[in-house]
Amino acid sequence: MSERDVADPGSATPGATSTATAQVGGFGGRQASLTADAWRELRRNPLFIFSGAIIVLMLTIAVFPALFTRGVDPRDKQQFPCLLQNTVARPSADHWFGYDIQGCDYYSRVIYGARPSITIGVVVVALSVIIAVVVGTVSAFYGGLIDTVFSRVTDVFFGIPFILGAIVFLSAIQGVEILGFITLDGGVSTVVIALTVFGWTTLTRLMRSSVLSAKDMDYVQAARALGASNRRLMVRHILPNAITPVIVYGTVSVGLIIAAEAALSFLGVGLRAPAISWGLMISESQLRITTSPHLLLFPGLFLSATVLAFLMLGDAVRDAFDPKLR
Amino acid sequence: MAIDISDRPLPADRAGSPQLLLEVDNLHVEFRTRDAVVKAVNGLSYSLSSGETLAILGESGSGKSVSAQAVMGILDSPPGFVTNGTIRYRGENMLTMPEDQRRKIRGRRIAMIFQDALSSLNPVFTVGDQIGEMFRVHLGMSKKDSRVKAAELLDRVRIPSAKDRVKDYPHQFSGGMRQRVMIAMALSLDPEIVIADEPTTALDVTVQAQIMKLLSDLQQEMSMGLILITHDLGVVADVADRIEVMYAGRVVEEADVGDIYARPAHPYTEALLKSIPRVDMKGQALSTIPGTPPNLARIPAGCAFHPRCHRAQAICATDEPEFAQVALGRRSRCHFWPEVLDAQR
Repeated sequence: MSERDVADPGSATPGATSTATAQVGGFGGRQASLTADAWRELRRNPLFIFSGAIIVLMLTIAVFPALFTRGVDPRDKQQFPCLLQNTVARPSADHWFGYDIQGCDYYSRVIYGARPSITIGVVVVALSVIIAVVVGTVSAFYGGLIDTVFSRVTDVFFGIPFILGAIVFLSAIQGVEILGFITLDGGVSTVVIALTVFGWTTLTRLMRSSVLSAKDMDYVQAARALGASNRRLMVRHILPNAITPVIVYGTVSVGLIIAAEAALSFLGVGLRAPAISWGLMISESQLRITTSPHLLLFPGLFLSATVLAFLMLGDAVRDAFDPKLR
Repeated sequence: MAIDISDRPLPADRAGSPQLLLEVDNLHVEFRTRDAVVKAVNGLSYSLSSGETLAILGESGSGKSVSAQAVMGILDSPPGFVTNGTIRYRGENMLTMPEDQRRKIRGRRIAMIFQDALSSLNPVFTVGDQIGEMFRVHLGMSKKDSRVKAAELLDRVRIPSAKDRVKDYPHQFSGGMRQRVMIAMALSLDPEIVIADEPTTALDVTVQAQIMKLLSDLQQEMSMGLILITHDLGVVADVADRIEVMYAGRVVEEADVGDIYARPAHPYTEALLKSIPRVDMKGQALSTIPGTPPNLARIPAGCAFHPRCHRAQAICATDEPEFAQVALGRRSRCHFWPEVLDAQR
């Protein structure tokens, strides 16, 4: 990345740097030099452009699947019936991805499988980041008893193997109702809860250590000396300077969580039919890998591409936020 | 019964007769670590009036910065604890004040300037934003108004093209300019007292002089009380009115600035003054103070300075000297202060 910086005359002069920073800083009212610099860095990073394009495509598929299937909705069996005579038919010009065992069009199923997978990835990470930011910041900032209690609870959850914990949790809680309105019936929300329960710890520990180093910075002390309250110190002075590693690892985690969802569904404890997801499709294809490889190939491709895109994005974001790499 | 001092209007005529702003009396601060109790400040007393500059002079580990943190109420606690003494701002003991009331005094009535401006400014916000924060937090000003005020302040600390520079980030300023930003931030709400903790240590000599000039100009203009914490005798001579020389957490000599340079009354001050490099002593070996500053977990008995003092007698190792009155407004913590004083003739 440093070679590009040197090659680019615009960023070599301090004047150009400051104008670029000012422009981006003015956007949205909230200014952060680190964020602005990171954004400039990202836009020139082919890794970011490539992974970003895949993610945007996948998100679009997840939000508007009908756009990609010309209105065909595999969930609506009345209007778009599956014909058993087409069972496991190979891909053709009309049906690019062929048919599944039930004789349903496989392309539309793969497209509709994006939503649960990506929803689970994004929601689990979003929830985990919220927990991590709150718990990590509070325990690191106040220290003492609060920190001890929070950290030990985190450690307890951290000690449970992620997938194993989720399997046990998912098999134990089937049909349980929580908060009065969420029934744990093997749907998306069940899997989200299971993965969040065991997935928040790494981010929390990361946030805590990051806050621990940020809170001893002179500018936090200076802000305190000039009359800032604890809340203001945390929200304004510590958080923006401590959240970078959490953002980076969070981005990577989206991919990992999507893969974990697929693994759970493959093992039969995640999403259940009639839900459509890549993990379920891969699971259903396992007995016919030799005879009908397309059943594994297409959902597998989409899954790998999405996971890979999030991992690459995480790498690009990490590079952009680390000034030492510039 | 608690009267909210921070909401009381400022005295209309601040340039008038000097008012007693801050009294620190018998302040003790200690750090309780796992291994030992470190006694950083042991009975510090001083007072500060408006328009006055008080220098607190001492080497590293003499407790000067810790005492400032205690006054500001930003001591890291634990491990730091104020174990004894009072800190009165306009007569009210700040140590017994509720925290939210004390917070209103911080920044608004008593502000602080830190040594290293680069690390004391938040790297992710523009300087305009950070100076403006003072107005938004303490005065509830809008974002737009606060930005205008920030530009005015940058202009006041003589930063060129202040209007454009409010949009810059701390790393885009030079060291001296950054310290000006820090000063602007501290002075933004017209505080009555400013504590400057080694404000020029991180700067080179020419910039040091400019910053000290700016500080003393602004101090005269606003007639604030300035506490200047430093180890640099050169910095002190130009701007300070009075000096407190600290050693091992207590004041060993207190005097007006002229007196102390002409005739120190404590062997430590005497040794400090002798160890300043001087042009007319070129070619001669620089005088130094033997030994090292005491470990604050094990302060020597008697006079804390006696292991390094060339005047030390048997009594110094056993009896702690009184803080004896040498002249009006002048005190020394030495058994043999008359001899020290006479030696300067």
